Amino acid sequence: MNDTALQALLLAIVLLPAVGSVAALLPAPPGLRGSSPEQAVLRHGVTVTGTVLALAVALAAGFDHDHPSRMQATTDVSWIAALDIRVHLGVDGISLPLLVLTALLTFLCALYTYFRMPQGPGPRAFVALLLLLETGMLGTFVALDLIVFFLAFEIVLIPMYFLVARWGGEHREAAANRFILYTLLGSAVMLLGLLLVGVRAGTFDMVALADQHGAGLSHGVQVIAVLAIGLGLAVKAPMWPLHSWLPDAHTAAPTVGSVLLAGVLLKMGTYGFVRIVLPVAPEGARTLAPYLAAFAVVGILYGSLACLSMVTGVGAADPTGATVDLKRLIAYSSVGHMGFVLLGVATLTPTGVNGALFANIAHGLITGLLFFLVGALKERYGSTDLNQIAAGAGAALYGKAPRLGGLLAFAAVASLGLPGLAGFWGEMLALFGAYQPAAGLSRPAYLVFMALAGVGTLLTAAYLLLVVRRVCMGEHPAPAERAAFADIQAHEYAAWSPLVVLTVVAGLWPAVLLSLSDPAVQNLLGGSR
Amino acid sequence: MTSLVQSVDWVAVAPVLVTALTGLAVLVTDLFLAPRHKPLLGWVTIAGLALAALCLIPLTDGDRATFCLTTGDRQCSYVADHFALAVQLLVVGGALLTALLSVTTVRREALPAGEYWFLLLSSAAGAALLPASRDLATLIVALEVASLPAFALVGLRRGDRGSAEAALKFFLSSVVATAVSLLGVSFVYAATGSLHLDTVAGGLDDVDPRLNALAALGVVLTLVGFAFKLAAVPFHFWVPDSYVGAPLPVAAYLSVVGKSAGFSGLALVTVVAFRPYADTWGPALAVLAALTMTTGNVAALRQRPDQPASAVRLLAWSSVGQAGYLLVPLAAAGYHDDPEEMVGATVAYALMYAVVNLGAFAVVALVAENRPGHRLTDHRALFSRNPLAALTMGFFLLCLAGLPPGVIGLFAKVAVFRTAVDSGLGWLAVVMAVNVTIALYYYLKWTALLFATPTTATPTTTPAARATATTAPAAPTPGTATPGAPGQATAPTATGSTVAGSTATAAREPSVPASVPHPLTAAIALAAALGVALSGAPQLILRLASGTLF
Repeated sequence: MNDTALQALLLAIVLLPAVGSVAALLPAPPGLRGSSPEQAVLRHGVTVTGTVLALAVALAAGFDHDHPSRMQATTDVSWIAALDIRVHLGVDGISLPLLVLTALLTFLCALYTYFRMPQGPGPRAFVALLLLLETGMLGTFVALDLIVFFLAFEIVLIPMYFLVARWGGEHREAAANRFILYTLLGSAVMLLGLLLVGVRAGTFDMVALADQHGAGLSHGVQVIAVLAIGLGLAVKAPMWPLHSWLPDAHTAAPTVGSVLLAGVLLKMGTYGFVRIVLPVAPEGARTLAPYLAAFAVVGILYGSLACLSMVTGVGAADPTGATVDLKRLIAYSSVGHMGFVLLGVATLTPTGVNGALFANIAHGLITGLLFFLVGALKERYGSTDLNQIAAGAGAALYGKAPRLGGLLAFAAVASLGLPGLAGFWGEMLALFGAYQPAAGLSRPAYLVFMALAGVGTLLTAAYLLLVVRRVCMGEHPAPAERAAFADIQAHEYAAWSPLVVLTVVAGLWPAVLLSLSDPAVQNLLGGSR
Repeated sequence: MTSLVQSVDWVAVAPVLVTALTGLAVLVTDLFLAPRHKPLLGWVTIAGLALAALCLIPLTDGDRATFCLTTGDRQCSYVADHFALAVQLLVVGGALLTALLSVTTVRREALPAGEYWFLLLSSAAGAALLPASRDLATLIVALEVASLPAFALVGLRRGDRGSAEAALKFFLSSVVATAVSLLGVSFVYAATGSLHLDTVAGGLDDVDPRLNALAALGVVLTLVGFAFKLAAVPFHFWVPDSYVGAPLPVAAYLSVVGKSAGFSGLALVTVVAFRPYADTWGPALAVLAALTMTTGNVAALRQRPDQPASAVRLLAWSSVGQAGYLLVPLAAAGYHDDPEEMVGATVAYALMYAVVNLGAFAVVALVAENRPGHRLTDHRALFSRNPLAALTMGFFLLCLAGLPPGVIGLFAKVAVFRTAVDSGLGWLAVVMAVNVTIALYYYLKWTALLFATPTTATPTTTPAARATATTAPAAPTPGTATPGAPGQATAPTATGSTVAGSTATAAREPSVPASVPHPLTAAIALAAALGVALSGAPQLILRLASGTLF
């Protein structure tokens, strides 16, 4: 496909959800009314996100896979000449997988919502917000101008705030406020860092900045810029100790909110590290990388220990003590998984960064699936409290709903990094990277980090297997109880199977992703050695 | 020998002149007009302001000047450069929107029509003259012409003690500030021997060393009067009471046009006249900016949403916070090699602020049509009553906050941030970043309130409601509900009387306001259209932020 067609495709992918978002607020035109206004607008959401997914797949097919390090489908027009801000969009091997993942997860969420609208106000605003959210997420991954990146980064906040605050569960207002305050403070500081880079380097263009590899930025400026930008990204990622908004937001968010939060929004933070911090300010990144790695490892251990204590009831990770919210558990496990991603980034080696990008995608697929499954449990039990679901010997999901139980076990072992599934490669490569960090970084320190992260994988396996045991096993249920309990429904199959298939594919054939990201990563890190 | 008679370029002064003459015409016409025809005066005012705005068009080259000395270096007292034109556009446009807002208020509150419109136009004429003035005497006169009618406007509500008290407070403190300014001007004149800004700049360059302290003191004192108009801390205390005591459109006017008089005067005085003393006023303005934004935002954050007039109070305090942002580029000018380049960011920010703040005031006025308390809680669930008004209000608030989809608000802030980063004022940029976050919080709470679920139509099955029912048997009554907890406020556990009361309130109110006054709708539509257009093409005003305006 030629570049003009690709460019049109990319523009359509970003703009279509924005247009669809406005359209969702308007009354449906004749002929598209459906059986009710609610049904029509939900269908509208599915149609738009489905079209975006189709376009994203077409873009991936038309992408020149021989040159994944080259920016493709680029648009570059001046927007605000006064501030030298350009609408510069494009994809390369790093952003393409994230773009497709975003389109896929949003489509699955829209599909899921079509059948299971969360409790709260009507679906019209829900669909409009979901589509606005998609615009921001897609925009973040294709923006090649620092300020446009920031704009897209911010666009997601308002829709996510309202998704949590309006359609969420218990304590949703407090959780939404916390989410938005943390991220806003982070992004205000990030904006200062971006401006510092732009003013000192004379351009906001990420491609030009990456080509300069930090030339023209003094060491001090680079360190400050990395600190400021990194802070904003670290809140989003989230990096320990800035993670505390995440468990609350996940617990309160509706299912699709959790899926997108974990599946896409967290990735925007780590993507920013790879796309902006490493190439634009390599010296600053090298100075601060060991600290990032240390925080990442603490995050890995903290996340897994928090989960373990929640599952086993040791300690009091949850202040009320009595409940073990599965969503909160997965949120903490996300802190751990994102710790691996950050550790991979902090090695500053192609191996580690590739691992980080791979783990990004894998975490998006697997955690998205996990949140869907917990949402399904909530529908069936009316609660996400592990102690309530698995009262007594266990919930015996294998007996009541063998397919659902099997799928939960599958997602859990994928999450703990079983070889052959997607979760394995990213974390392994991140650890490999830490074994041989980039020149100039202290190897002994990174070896310690690697060892500690390795302990973290064991802890992760422990708590996930404990969850599987408590939820899936138990006394054999009576036939009546079995009959009353719904196994996986058709719409759940539709929403979940793509994630399952991709988890297996990425696990068995990691080269699909690595061949895309590796040349682009080499290119971004090129000047730093 | 050349003639000492100055020639006058009437086209250059037309925007100011048309405004002032319309004011006089309105005042005279009022005498001969039967009471039932008085509303006509409002439309004359609007037409006059529109004409004044049109008078800006022939000046767009920005190269006209008049009232020039015919001898010496031919200094001019009135210059219609791009800076003056941009601020005049702000003033005239802001006054126009205010006039649209006022049409209903004047009729409903039975304000004296002739006086009201005359005062509004006079004040606007002064504010429009100010950015074009290029000597200290004209500056002070323009400042007074802009201020004096404003006191009367604040106190125009007959028989309202709060209004009169607010006006008196405003008047006394303002007069003191102006007197201090005048003292400063006289010191500067003593040190330099001139009132023309450019000559003052030249004179300050080589001040007699013995007069150094006098000149520096004069520079600082001169700033006071303008800082007062801008409502910079510590000259801000008149703001909340004046805003609440004044009729709503006057509060809107003060927050936009009043501020423009302050910042344009400050910009002229600092960047043009007192440039050699940048190391004196630069740090002073930086500290002033930091204090102003922090005080304003923290006070806005502390507003209780159920208090009377809390919406106006919040806008008043947030306008103090916004004044702090306006000061940042001016402070940055004190640190930059090319100070004139910085001022554009202030003007661009002020233009954005004018549009969205007037829009926000307009929606507050619209809500007050049904619920006249000006409370924040009156805005609860506006979306379910009037979706369009709620959406525009949400847009205005997000613009003020600087969060997408309020793109123009974000980029105006980016322009301001850039000046601070560019001139090495890192600490001020960080203070501003913290403040922006604080402001985001209260703007966002207000936005969330607009889209909250209505108090009466409560689904009893939401988990939050159930949780509240079990944990809090005595749920807060809607009157004391905070915007952060609509889940609690909507809990069906409120006592029977409260439920009955709120149902009765809801029953009294039509779901859509019975008749929204057309001028109000026009004002909201105009502001919203401008805001959306600017969000799509921020270059329209941000081009002011690149290069010099002088």
